[in-house]
Amino acid sequence: MSLDYENDGEAMGKLIEEVLEAYPEKFAKRRKKHLNVAKDGDEVAEDGQPLTECDVKSNIKSVPGVMTIRGCAYAGSKGVVWGPIKDMVHISHGPVGCGQYSWSQRRNYYIGKTGIDSFVTMQFTSDFQERDIVFGGDKKLEKVIDEINDLFPLANGTTIQSECPIGLIGDDIEAVAKKKAKEHGKTVVPVRCEGFRGVSQSLGHHIANDAVRDWVFENKGGVEQNADTAFEPGPYDVNVIGDYNIGGDAWASRILLEEMGLRVVGNWSGDATLAEIERAPKARLNLIHCYRSMNYICRYMEEKYGVAWTEYNFFGPSQIADSLRKIAKHFGPEIEAGAERVIAKYQPLVDAVIAKYRPRLEGKTVMLYVGGLRPRHVITAYEDLGMEIVGTGYEFGHNDDYQRTGHYVKKGTLIYDDVTGYELEKFIEKVRPDLVGSGIKEKYPVQKMGIPFRQMHSWDYSGPYHGYDGFAIFARDMDLAINNPVWGLMKAPWKNDDAPALVAAE
Amino acid sequence: MPQSAEKVLDHAPLFREPEYKDMLANKKLNFECGVSDARVSEIADWTQGWDYREKNLAREALVVNPAKACQPLGAVFAAAGFERTMSFVHGSQGCVAYYRSHLSRHFKEPSSAVSSSMTEDAAVFGGLNNMVDGLANTYSLYNPKMIAVSTTCMAEVIGDDLHSFIQTAKDKGSVPAAFDVPFAHTPAFVGSHVDGYDNMVKGVLEHFWKGRTRTEVKGKVAIIPGFDGYCVGNNRELKRILDLMGVDYVLLGDASDQFDTPADGEFRMYDGGTKLEDVAAAQDAEYVISLQGWCTRKTLEYAGTFGIKTEVFHYPMGVAATDELLVKLSAISGKPVPAEIERERGRLIDAMADSQAHLHAKKYAIFGDPDFATAFARFVLETGGEPTHILSTNGTKHWEEEIAPMLAASPFARESKVWPQRDLWHLRSLLFTEPVDFLVGSSYGKYLERDTKVPLIRMTFPVFDRHHHHRFPVWGYQGGLRVLTTLLDKVFDVLDRETNEPGVTDYSYDLTR
Repeated sequence: MSLDYENDGEAMGKLIEEVLEAYPEKFAKRRKKHLNVAKDGDEVAEDGQPLTECDVKSNIKSVPGVMTIRGCAYAGSKGVVWGPIKDMVHISHGPVGCGQYSWSQRRNYYIGKTGIDSFVTMQFTSDFQERDIVFGGDKKLEKVIDEINDLFPLANGTTIQSECPIGLIGDDIEAVAKKKAKEHGKTVVPVRCEGFRGVSQSLGHHIANDAVRDWVFENKGGVEQNADTAFEPGPYDVNVIGDYNIGGDAWASRILLEEMGLRVVGNWSGDATLAEIERAPKARLNLIHCYRSMNYICRYMEEKYGVAWTEYNFFGPSQIADSLRKIAKHFGPEIEAGAERVIAKYQPLVDAVIAKYRPRLEGKTVMLYVGGLRPRHVITAYEDLGMEIVGTGYEFGHNDDYQRTGHYVKKGTLIYDDVTGYELEKFIEKVRPDLVGSGIKEKYPVQKMGIPFRQMHSWDYSGPYHGYDGFAIFARDMDLAINNPVWGLMKAPWKNDDAPALVAAE
Repeated sequence: MPQSAEKVLDHAPLFREPEYKDMLANKKLNFECGVSDARVSEIADWTQGWDYREKNLAREALVVNPAKACQPLGAVFAAAGFERTMSFVHGSQGCVAYYRSHLSRHFKEPSSAVSSSMTEDAAVFGGLNNMVDGLANTYSLYNPKMIAVSTTCMAEVIGDDLHSFIQTAKDKGSVPAAFDVPFAHTPAFVGSHVDGYDNMVKGVLEHFWKGRTRTEVKGKVAIIPGFDGYCVGNNRELKRILDLMGVDYVLLGDASDQFDTPADGEFRMYDGGTKLEDVAAAQDAEYVISLQGWCTRKTLEYAGTFGIKTEVFHYPMGVAATDELLVKLSAISGKPVPAEIERERGRLIDAMADSQAHLHAKKYAIFGDPDFATAFARFVLETGGEPTHILSTNGTKHWEEEIAPMLAASPFARESKVWPQRDLWHLRSLLFTEPVDFLVGSSYGKYLERDTKVPLIRMTFPVFDRHHHHRFPVWGYQGGLRVLTTLLDKVFDVLDRETNEPGVTDYSYDLTR
């Protein structure tokens, strides 16, 4: 059940025009294509609801010098797809910085003894020096892998996450990977995710997916794999794909899937082991949460191994219930009954959370600017709490993301693709929503404007936000952000227009 | 059902509930294909011994958990110290997202910087167009007074020439010809963030000083604070001292206001910083003083070419380090150290005397940038403590040699070892095999605290997991008092924690300590 409201599309349209005036003409034209207002579309959803149309250009190079919020391919591969796999060592191959800045920042929770059998919150780097640039880094890389093998014997493999210089100096990391895989008998995955490739994190996701295909599924390194060969596939086996277990998201999801009778045989890639990746093609169904970062490998598994996939959304009770039912349909009456049992079990929690928080959040407006699935996926969770989305956009979305967004946003919603620092600041200043959900770089400017803010990449060090257990935390967090007294303290009393004239004489 | 609306459980308690514990145990048993707990314990034990330490210290290529960042981070920090200056980093755009995030996570403040967003085509053809377009956009959108250009490693590897690119951009009208666009090449594969700081400050000085005629002003000092995550508190304390003394000074790069803007309804993209005309005029100073010598090697050399006298300090933290700075400032300016500051010194010494019994002979492992590590070891020696391990990932052999005399001169440093170019995985082995009482460094030390149980004292950049430390100084006598109190709080907290078991250890749970 979604909330019924409409945003003032005309005002939003004017705002876009106004913001574009600051650009040199050539770039105003280029940016214009990325900004729009959601309109009535021609299509209707399965339930008969009309879809809006979010028509913007996307997945195009960022304009230089505008303060894009985007990251790079390395961030998409090491930071998103590969980094959370816990029993492998992920080498940030190149200079020290990339690995340093991304070290422990995505909050991919896992269970394990860090430094012994798990390595997620560590920074392994080949720490390139000038001589490595001049003479090439392959020899050093070989030694790095040897030293990992000596000092971290329980690591089940390594990945080589290429930083910018690797592709520019012509190193052959694939040859190193093959050689070392053979020598140590462990998987070594070379990933060509140099930061200059593509236009954002997005290509890094794709490259990382391709590396899974080539170096795990196709086993180009020719090693003996970890996954139990005696593994008996079952009729209710699923993989959760594109849940990175940020603040425990995947755990709060898994518990529901298991309760409804499914067997989660792999989680990609939060809290995953390499075995969970290797085993994936044996599952019956791939459940994909972050479509943007892992649809590629799902399509491949469908084509090659006949594993069907379905998208789902575990943010907020409306979407969770819809998703549980949608997933259950793939498995027949027993699991469908399981889904209903789960929905019924958690209904009292949902009712209590909404009863507690909705009155405190009703009618509050929200602007989002995030990546991956969140610019659309979290919308209904807000609406479940009576909140309204006035603007949303993707850092690195593609056309198919914006198409899917039409299922979520209301007419008149401001849509911004690869928004620039300038645009976002102006949009927020003019729209003055009650809450902004975006990233660390946006948090502090927004708060200084006196507007409540939640980081919607890291859950602002909270979470999980997935599942029913996560929804309670989500609701609590939005309430504590919006209803904290600090926002009422911004203005000094002598700055109030109606304040008594006690200020010093001129 | 573990969760409730009444008392919402956060991640830490939520996943310790039985439902989740069972679920995770089941996942591990049936799907992870991990090794046995016994084998994990065996390896964990092995990593704590001397055999592992030797293997670990013998590493030649692999770096694990380094305590250093890359040059452009230092450049972006340096540029933030100048009036209305936007950092423009030429190269891949992801890097800039990283620098901004990194600085914001430490300061809990906005961090603005732009990228020239180079991609594959720029890798082939060079990034000139990105520079031309980028400067025009930055100038139009963000109304800076200066754009400070540095580079990511991508631009360095392909060999883009900033000087000619910026000239071309000016010729094409991206920014007015007279607009200030200093630049620095900051290759990430050379040195660390302290060198990026050095290169950017030097680049700014070159921009304003080249071709200008220097007229020396006796007694005037230009002070370069260095890369300092505590700049907010430190620079303000420094200025307070200088103002009290009446020194004729200018700070070359002062990010204290930039990284501490008020919340009053307005987002200030720029705040404070050294005025550009003051940067130019700083060339007339009799002295350039660096407060962190390892952050300013090239800059001081450059200043020296104009006949400006230079002096080097290593982070004025603690008694003697502050004394030396004040004595030098007094000598240069001809102004005596004011009585007020002398009283502050006396108060710090008084506090140290009051608490000396609790710090005497305590052993420390210290890690951080070379200037910080030097300064903290020195302060530890002043309290009668022992800096057992002094480690700096971006410290060089030369750094090791430089601090040797300081250690040789103190009986408390008899067992001190200096570890240049080592990382925090090395330090893990050192802490297991030669344990200490306290670990001093950045937030990255928390993993060492978890593994070795040595309590961590957060005292240097980056501090991600504690808030607002950087707003209070650690420099000068007042800063010394704060450092002292922080150490003592940790000592007493540990002591209380170790003696609070009722009926077992709480006979020692003393009210007065």
